[in-house]
Amino acid sequence: MKIGVLLKQVPATDTRIKINAGGTGIETGGVKLEINPYDEHALEAALQLKDKKIAKQVVIISIGGKGNDQRIRDGLARGADTGVWINDPALEGADSLTVAKVLAAAAKDAGVELLLAGKQAVDDDNAQVPAMVAELLGWPQALVISELSVDGGTFQATRDIGGGLRQVVKGALPAVLSADKALNSPRYASLPGIMKARRKPIAKKTAGALGVEVGEALVTDANWTLPPERPAGRVLEGEPAAVVAELVNLLRTEAKVL
Amino acid sequence: MPGILVLADHEAGVFKSTALELVGKAKELGGPVAALAIGTTSGEGLPADMVLTVDGPDFATFNTDPWLAALAAAVAKVQPDVILTTANMIAKDVVPRLAARLGVGMASDVVELKLDGGTVVGRRPVYAGKALFDVTVKSSPAIFTCRPNSFVPVAAGAPGGVEALAVAVGEAKTTVVETLQPASAVVDLTEASLIVSGGRAVKSAEGFDQLIRPLAAAIGASPGASRAAVDAGFCPHSEQVGQTGKVVNPSLYIACGISGAIQHLAGMRTSKVIVAINKDPDAPIFQFATYGIVGDIFTVCPMLTEALK
Repeated sequence: MKIGVLLKQVPATDTRIKINAGGTGIETGGVKLEINPYDEHALEAALQLKDKKIAKQVVIISIGGKGNDQRIRDGLARGADTGVWINDPALEGADSLTVAKVLAAAAKDAGVELLLAGKQAVDDDNAQVPAMVAELLGWPQALVISELSVDGGTFQATRDIGGGLRQVVKGALPAVLSADKALNSPRYASLPGIMKARRKPIAKKTAGALGVEVGEALVTDANWTLPPERPAGRVLEGEPAAVVAELVNLLRTEAKVL
Repeated sequence: MPGILVLADHEAGVFKSTALELVGKAKELGGPVAALAIGTTSGEGLPADMVLTVDGPDFATFNTDPWLAALAAAVAKVQPDVILTTANMIAKDVVPRLAARLGVGMASDVVELKLDGGTVVGRRPVYAGKALFDVTVKSSPAIFTCRPNSFVPVAAGAPGGVEALAVAVGEAKTTVVETLQPASAVVDLTEASLIVSGGRAVKSAEGFDQLIRPLAAAIGASPGASRAAVDAGFCPHSEQVGQTGKVVNPSLYIACGISGAIQHLAGMRTSKVIVAINKDPDAPIFQFATYGIVGDIFTVCPMLTEALK
């Protein structure tokens, strides 16, 4: 079986976000890029299935511009076999549905039978693409999973459905699954892995080559700002017993949140 | 006046405040307002112009395909210009699939919605709240999932009408084997209005259980944690607040022994009132705190728990 892993490069989570002069996005200069943290868990799940000989091959499928090949190379160094890099300026500012169409086409093109993704990308925080890809392919989905087993042509996964509830679901492959952090602990690339990755193939594609026409975006953004500054608070001074009493009083009478 | 379809959440037939938030906002934006309630409910208590109910064995427990079929049937019947749902886990599972099926756009996790020249414009956080932008969806319907506690809930009231909607579910692509109950009955962090969080300074899982959970229980809050506490194994990842955990929006957030890493602050900075308890007077969390106490959580937290009981 061949597993596809959807991988996105995002600004590192410790990035101090600044807005660009036009208010059309973030200041990208000097921002360190890394693999979206949840995608690392998706990749790890795929590699574990390969370790167990359930999967033969792991292919990384990734849309992105400059630097994106390094993220794919990082995934190859951890143990993936091949990469598909969709580097297409037409996809800049594309909506999630267009992105999903391109990824669905790439997954079909690569002949994958299981597609793993992170539960969301920590840049745009949309959490839309995995479910959209599943719908476009007509495949079952299990999203935000914390446990997974694959056996023959079926999967069983534990997904988070909110309110503290989790659900064990099963379905037939091919399928789309999205990973939560609790699924596993991602491995690091080994030195031999890094050496080997240099010779692993990365196929370059465009949306057009995959048969997807990129139209006008259905979802657009404007007026980017930083969040409003919080008004200055105050530090309560005094003996612990006195400040605790003061805090309780403030929460009840001034803030009125209790 | 855009026609609006709301997916209305309920628990055991009683509409949740998130449903009342969406109906309130939908009425403000235009109308008519239709609401879809999935699972057993009378439809009473939700003051929409029309409440569509969908019930039956397929809807006893959540699954993607029946929920998707119900939403698609409601869209076909109502032909809405705008669809609003709460940004909860169930919507995150089903709504993007609905958007792909309809070939329309959607915006996730909006915290504001307003009319601008007849078009509904949302505002949503990105980078876990480190930035915000206005979002426009140029399709009909335009879909928005809305973060809980963003809008003022409308008072419960009688619906204009209630109608049972027939839904052809077909064969589901996934089978639910089992639904696992949480160890304790607490409100989901993303919907909680009160949260007590612990950081690395709780020192151990026992420390978390002795300091954080009792304080949370004293005020009916949901317990949360920093990434440091989760990575150290003091509590499960499901309780993590921050950029790679839950983004929360409560009225009160009490941070105990949390220094305030940028990823954590991003996940809780929209809390209406923030209380910080930390030994280090220079901890970044104090710059965000409405009220701060410089002190040892092992002294302050038990006293606070007693005072709030």
